Amino acid sequence: MSNHEPEKDDLLQKPMSRREMLRMAGVGGVGLLVGAGGLTGVLAGTGMLQAGAAPATVKASEDTVPFYGTHQAGIVTPMQDFICLGAFDLTVSNVQEVRELFRKWTDASARICAGQGVGKESDNPHLPPVDTGEAMGLNTVRTTITFGVGPSFFDGRFGLASKRPAALVDLPAFRGDELDDEWVGGDIGVQVCANDPQVAFHALRNLARIARGKAVLRWVQEGFQRTGAADPQGSTPRNLLGFKDGTGNPNVQDPSVADDVVWVQPSDGPNWMVNGSYMVMRRIRMRIEVWDRTTLQEQEATFGRRRDNGAPLGGHGEFDTLDLAKKDAMGKPMIPNDSHVALAHMEGKVKILRRGYSYSSGMDRKTGQLDAGLLFIAYNRDPRQQFIPMQQKLAAADKLNEYIVHVGSAIFACLPGAKQGGYIGDTLF
Amino acid sequence: MKKTTAITTLLLGTSLLLGACSSDTAEKADTKTATTQDQTETTTQSPANDAALQAEIDQYHQYVIDQCDQFVQSVEAFTQAVKNGEIDKAKSLYAPSRMYFERIEPIAESLGDFDPWIDARENDVPEAEWRGFHRLEKALWVDNTTEGQTEYADQLLQDVKLLRAKVETVEIDAPMLVTGAVELLNEVSSSKVTGEEERYSHTDLYDFAANVEGAKKIFDVIRPTLEEKDADLAKEIDSRFADLNAALDPYRKGDGYLIYTELTQEQTKGLSQAIDALAEPLSRMGTVLEG
Repeated sequence: MSNHEPEKDDLLQKPMSRREMLRMAGVGGVGLLVGAGGLTGVLAGTGMLQAGAAPATVKASEDTVPFYGTHQAGIVTPMQDFICLGAFDLTVSNVQEVRELFRKWTDASARICAGQGVGKESDNPHLPPVDTGEAMGLNTVRTTITFGVGPSFFDGRFGLASKRPAALVDLPAFRGDELDDEWVGGDIGVQVCANDPQVAFHALRNLARIARGKAVLRWVQEGFQRTGAADPQGSTPRNLLGFKDGTGNPNVQDPSVADDVVWVQPSDGPNWMVNGSYMVMRRIRMRIEVWDRTTLQEQEATFGRRRDNGAPLGGHGEFDTLDLAKKDAMGKPMIPNDSHVALAHMEGKVKILRRGYSYSSGMDRKTGQLDAGLLFIAYNRDPRQQFIPMQQKLAAADKLNEYIVHVGSAIFACLPGAKQGGYIGDTLF
Repeated sequence: MKKTTAITTLLLGTSLLLGACSSDTAEKADTKTATTQDQTETTTQSPANDAALQAEIDQYHQYVIDQCDQFVQSVEAFTQAVKNGEIDKAKSLYAPSRMYFERIEPIAESLGDFDPWIDARENDVPEAEWRGFHRLEKALWVDNTTEGQTEYADQLLQDVKLLRAKVETVEIDAPMLVTGAVELLNEVSSSKVTGEEERYSHTDLYDFAANVEGAKKIFDVIRPTLEEKDADLAKEIDSRFADLNAALDPYRKGDGYLIYTELTQEQTKGLSQAIDALAEPLSRMGTVLEG
């Protein structure tokens, strides 16, 4: 090494051009941008810089959710703290290439969820590392990766038009929708959830890298909820309007409930979707500035629940049965008919599994207001019977509509799980 | 000096992972893999004695010299127009004359200060030192004049001639060649796609196309060796170049290209994604350097 030092020193003493700077940053990774001060610390420990180091397998424990199985993980799996949700559009022209992509994605996903790098690293130092590295040495933090295909996947490019499930409808326009094309649709949806935002990002980033030349990102949204550290009891999370959200979610840890609400059954068809589920994504911007100047009374009447403990209005505890018939002294319903819970209740007959996260995307440059809201995600067995009628009812009358606007929308048929040796999508293509 | 050594080691290693690895991971990895020092040695021992690869390098070297010959001629014409006060002619020669440089940029950059001299943008260097193409670009497009530019025109031509002289003896090694292709595409990703390179003339697509042509040349010369090592990769790269050229097609106009500001955001995004799609497999060309 010593025989190279003069050359390197010379390199450093020279004023760097913009391009050299970029080139070096590209070579050295983020390190250069961190600055020399940061680097000394990082470099202090020997062995921190490794060429072709195979990312070590971290301990498999309850921290790890198996990737392979009858159902895809990340649907009835208890919600992790963070999400990184992306939609891709395919740029390939035949189904063989789609299959190849899903094979690679499946292998990489199984490795990521097991805490390994996305692939075996090479010893050749003239190659970029196979894994991007930011999850090296980190725990698996219950990472799940869930794949779905959208209506456009069946548009004829891949000869699959006849296989489109009837339930994978194009979502109808709902009253009040202000959809922005940049947040709509996608051939493929990929949901990464994990108890660490960097681990979640790492997964989506590497899947996007593997897809290069085969599929391009259409949109990406990260989301969060309060972490396990902030709420070790795991009580119902609050949305950014300050209310508990998800109290009425069906208990899908009970397999019969999950079969009833979430999983496509053999009687539903098509065969390739059995044990899969339909995901609906809605990017719902919250007008939080308007909400913040709304009285407590009005806020509670909007949700139909108390803000402090989540109890239905007129009730005492969060999990009290919703009593929509209960009247106040004036004879008016305690829970207003146009409140969010009253409408979403659907007479108790229609249920969906909500799995949404809050999002914050900085500031809206046009208004100077915060761009924040709900990354609504729901899983259901048949959106025609579940999500769509529910959303039609909400869109028509929900008092909450004054404070929210739906700006993004997508629907994906989330495939059944894969067996080891198989790949996600192997029942379809 | 310790710090400097550490940083340069980091900069020079081509595949170092700077990870926030926990110490036990690092220890584990340490026993299994080459140290940074070993890696540097590997780099210097690259198969320079591989005769086939050396022949390819020589072929590429000749290409660089040819490009520089044409570069000198084109810059002579361009700078002459500037000195003659022929604004329209100078404007029309500006972008095409730069393309020779853009094709061989990584080589020019390896030869000292040519890049800042010839190709610095405003604010890349102190105002007093700013010279080269973009200084003239600003005069032509923003000030709409050639007045007072003779000095910069002469300097540019002199710099270009010096570059031509230097490339005669430039030592191109295999890693430099292989990474040069990706560097060219990184150039496109970081400044051409964003429209920052030609901020006054908006002729970014000329640079864009030239960078891609330069990368293609490298791929073409390495191709026989690459096909022996990994025929699938060669095929993949080939088809991605075809995709990228198809993506550029709508923006060709006569012998040149549309002005970048005429493209919609959606169109520039498409070009950027085509670059990423190509650069990813191209970055795996280093496989030819495996022992």
